[in-house]
Parts: sequence; structure tokens; C-alpha cells
Amino acid sequence: MSITIYVPCDSTAVSIGADRVAKAIYQEAQKRNITIQLIRNGSRGLYWLEPMVEVLTAEGRKAYGPVQVSDVTSLFDANFVNGGEHPLYLGLTEEIEYLKKQQRLTFARIGITDPISLEDYISHEGYQGLSNALKLSQADIVKAVTDSGLRGRGGAAFPTGIKWNTVLNTPSEQKYIICNADEGDSGTFSDRMVMESDPFVLIEGMTIAGIAVGATQGYIYLRVEYPHAHKALNAAIEKAYASGYLGDNIQGSGKTFNLEVRLGAGAYVCGEETSLMESLEGKRGLVRFKPPLPAISGLFGKPTVVNNVISLASVPIILDKGGDYYRDFGMGRSRGTLPLQLAGNLKHTGLVEVAFGMTLRELLYDFGGGSATGRPIKAVQVGGPLGSYLPESQFDTPLDYEAFAANWTVLGHGGVVAFDDTANMAELARYNMEFCAAESCGKCTPCRIGSTRGYEVMDEIIAGHALDKNIPLLRDLCNTLLNGSLCALGGMTPYPVLSALNHFPKDFGVDDQANTAV
Amino acid sequence: MTELNAMETIVQDIIAALKDKPGALLPILHAVQDKLGYVPSESVPAIAKALNLSRAEVHGVISFYHYFRDTAPGKQTIHLCRAESCQAMGGKKLEVHVKSTLGIDYHETTADGKFSLEPVYCLGNCACSPAMQIGHEIYGRVSADNFESIITQAEDIA
Repeated sequence: MSITIYVPCDSTAVSIGADRVAKAIYQEAQKRNITIQLIRNGSRGLYWLEPMVEVLTAEGRKAYGPVQVSDVTSLFDANFVNGGEHPLYLGLTEEIEYLKKQQRLTFARIGITDPISLEDYISHEGYQGLSNALKLSQADIVKAVTDSGLRGRGGAAFPTGIKWNTVLNTPSEQKYIICNADEGDSGTFSDRMVMESDPFVLIEGMTIAGIAVGATQGYIYLRVEYPHAHKALNAAIEKAYASGYLGDNIQGSGKTFNLEVRLGAGAYVCGEETSLMESLEGKRGLVRFKPPLPAISGLFGKPTVVNNVISLASVPIILDKGGDYYRDFGMGRSRGTLPLQLAGNLKHTGLVEVAFGMTLRELLYDFGGGSATGRPIKAVQVGGPLGSYLPESQFDTPLDYEAFAANWTVLGHGGVVAFDDTANMAELARYNMEFCAAESCGKCTPCRIGSTRGYEVMDEIIAGHALDKNIPLLRDLCNTLLNGSLCALGGMTPYPVLSALNHFPKDFGVDDQANTAV
Repeated sequence: MTELNAMETIVQDIIAALKDKPGALLPILHAVQDKLGYVPSESVPAIAKALNLSRAEVHGVISFYHYFRDTAPGKQTIHLCRAESCQAMGGKKLEVHVKSTLGIDYHETTADGKFSLEPVYCLGNCACSPAMQIGHEIYGRVSADNFESIITQAEDIA
């Protein structure tokens, strides 16, 4: 049987040498006169094991990792092409605990297939959701999504079906589907993984959305920091057009859906949906007042669905297996699964897709393996740069939108960044204010001015100046930002800042009692 | 003068190809920057005229977005991530090292014109922090130890 070897083309795997490893394997095989088929798959998301090389054997795919160029000769010596023993041998990929314990629905194909092979996509249950959708009425497609309980995975957790229903019921000669792929939240990379490792699932999800609400044009607003995703999406879109999955008369249905990738230009605020639409219209990314809702008057004033990558990429499996199937995962009002991203100071960083309900502690220790440095985990920021820092006492919070909100914390897009005990929370709080100042669109005063005053006050606090005045001043400022900002950038910057102050007052130079007093 | 003419031809070709797209301004600015490395202020009047905008509006868009620049960059631009995950893995120390090795601060270019340095807030490479980007290449687990060898290789590619 021919030998098939997989080396990921995912940008994180490449950032630590996957391209060089692939080249070395190819050259070594030639040198030894071994014929191999080298496939550049996506990443399974077990990033501490990347570059992870897989070999197809009679028992299934076997994994080796992390592989460096210097390991390639010894891998061939150990007959890894037939699954031979080697110090880097990890066993059957599917049996690796980290992967086996997950419930991969949205990420079902990721790391398994060649990302830009349409044949591979279709042979792994791709386009079954669209095929079902084409047999349903528009209202029934929307109903399936509503029944699934899917909520916006970008962070705001608004029910996707309700948004779609509003657009469906707003008459207009032109409607739009926008995929918000401006994944600016630090510590998150699940959107990037979907776009690089399974771009067709996003294209399929957007096509279904377009058919459901009657939109014929879609835009993927992609951040410019993701050049690999840009390439993969454009390659996949081209193939989808060539095979009748995009364009006019999709699969003979008479339905039309066109899709184009548009690049952002490094503005974090453009991840906010109204700012994103301004940007798509060719303007500065200033946040709009709401109402009107984008679902009624969005891009170019037309009814527009704006959904995150993960939300749209979850649609095909919902249409394939039914809303009930998806809804049966999860807890409370958080239905289905959430792809969590373990980042920062953790031993086992990577992508963990599980049903809602697991505790943060299980995620950090059972999956994450504790800190990378071996020191105690001091704080964890969940939900990106606008998410609170959680101290150890909150690690038992279940991963559920409502449970997190009850703690004044944010689950958001599922990014989890761990810090060990060397982190200084006052420095981080200063950074959060500085970030807000750098990224503020400037439309509303609390965010534009407050963020700059915020890091100035933090400088005073870090220098130990007049803490009895400056700490209350910081709290007062945060209160203004929280209640007076137009969008979440200014409105949520106080989450990390105040959670740092409340849970780690010593880093701000005040003891617990003095802190509660002010 | 010929250089200016060449620039004008490039910009006019880009405008002709993209001006009829809905919301054409960002695609045009991207295409200009891809081709020239920056958006020269001399190109603004032509872009504004083609899109029926004022020069101030076009300038406003260029200056709003961190990615667009109106001065020529060095041969290579290093985007160094400043975000939380990279900070959790020694990003601040790396930042100091990078600035002192290159002898420049953010938004500056080395005297020999080889490198420009820009901050970036997340490259989505948070599982292998700290991260940086040079051109289209992303580098993970960057440290004070391997930074120099990475930029030496990048110089060879350029």
C-alpha cells in the first residue's frame, strides 16, 4: 500500500517549523527511494505537539510529535512510514487523550482533511447541510437554527436564529450575509483554524445563511493579520465557484449566492459589527448608533446578517444532523459546543471543543496541564482583552454564558489566557487601558478620553502616588466607561481593569481592607 | 519624475480595476500598499477623485487604520505581538530585546533601511507565544535567543 504522510499547513504549526519538516521528510524519502504521498492537512489543534506528523496505517492514523527537522532521519530509521516505534511516537491520533475527551462538532474535520480539497470535504460529510437546506423552505432553515439553540460565538451570544428571522422577515431587494472574521481578541484563534483548516465549512454555512434569509451576496471581513487564512479562503472559494457551490443556480437549485473576502486593516474596533460595516463600505471604522439594528438596516442600509466564523461554521452540522442533535449538547441556555482556545502560560496549549458545562479548572488542568513554567497559575483572562481576569477562587465556574456573567466575567469567544505568579496585574490593567486608547474609534468621549486618562491614572498607581485618591479615581473612571460608552470596547475595558483591582489589590499597592473601603 | 510617473500609472491601474466594487476604498488602499509598500500622499487626490470623495476623507481612512502607512517602510516589516498571551510568555522582555537589537522604537525604521518595527495586537498564534510576523511569515515561540537568527534568515529571503 502506498504511504501517506500528513504534515499540517496551519500557520501556528508553520510558525514553529512545519514547512521545514515537510520539506525534510520529502527529501529524505527521495533519498531513500521511498514513494510517499505528502498531504498538508490542517492542525488538530494539539499545539504543544506541533509540528505533529501523522502516518496512515492499517490501524488508523498514527502521530509523531513535536517533530523538528533534526528528528527526520531518525524517524525514517525507525520506519515511521509504517508506524514504527520512536521516542516521538504518540500512538493512534484519535486515541490521544486531549483529542479523545473532546466533542468536536464544528471542528469535526479539522486536522483530518486537506483544507482546500473539495473532494476531501465532501467525502467527510461536507455539503450535506446545504443539500438538506435546499430541500427546506426558508422559514424551516431558520427554524432548525433557532431550535439548535445556537448563540453568537463571537462573544455576544445573541441567538443566531432570531437574528436570521429578523432579516428573513425584512423585505428588501438586496440583503447581505457578513462573516465577522476580524478575530481581534487576543488569546483566540478558533476562527483562524476554521478558515485555514476547513474553509469549506464556513463557505457552506454562509451559503445556507444566504438561502435562508434571501441574501445573494456575502462578505467575509477578514483581519489582515491572517494571510494564511486569506489564501486558504480564496482558494476554497474559487473551487466552490468552479463546482457550482457558489454563484448562480447553486447545485441546480436556482438559488444564487456570491461570496468575497475583504481585508480589514488592523483596527480592533472593526470586530464590532457596525464598525465592521462602515469599514466594508470604505469608511473609517466608526461605531454606529443602534437602533437601527443591522438585521433591519445594515450594510449599505440593507438588511444584513452579521455572524462570527464559528457561528456560521456550526450551521452545516445543524442542518445536516438537525437542531435537536446540536441542542442536546451543553447546559442551561448555552447549547451545543464551544471551541475553547488554551493560550498563554499553559503546558498544553491548543483547541478544545467541548459541550458547555465543564469547569474552568478542568479545562486548565485536565486539558491545559497547568502552567508551562511550572509555577502556580495566578490569573486567567477569559474572553479576550475585554474579559475579566479570574483568580483561583473562580476556577470552578462552569463554562456557560450565564454562569460566567453571574461572576462579572465573560466567556466571549472562548479564549483562555493563563498567567503564572510572576504576572503583575496592575501592569496588565495598565496595558488594558492603553490597548483601549490605541484601538478606540474616537466616536464617544468615555472611550476616547477615558482610556488615555485610564492609563495615566494607572501610571500614578504603579508609581505608588496618592493611592487613596487615585484608586477611587480609577473606579470612578471605569464606572463612566462602563455606563457611558457606545460599544463594548469602552464599555468592557473596565472588566479586566476592575477584576484585576478587585482580586489582586496587592499588585496595586493596597491591601484587601483598604481596597474594599474605597 | 519618472518614478512619480511610474507610481501614478500603478495607482491608476489599481483604481481602474477596483473602483466599481461596492465599498472600494479599502480594497484600493490594500492594493496600493501591496504594490508600493505604502500609500503615498501623492496618490490620495487620484483615489479621492475616482471615488467621488474629498481628499480629507481618504486621508482620514488611511490614518484611521493601523495597517496603512503613508511613508515607505524598511525592506522588511516586523510586526511584534504585544497582546496578553505573548505577555504571559515573556513578550515584554522580548519587546525590550527587539527594540535594543534593532536600535529603534515602534513605528520606526532602522538606519540601514532593512527593518521597520510595528506593534500588533494578536496574530492568532497564541498557542505558541510570543509571536511575530515578518512579511507573510509568522514565527512562534520567539525569544531573545532566537530572534537574531530569525531576522537573519528573513534578510536572506528579502
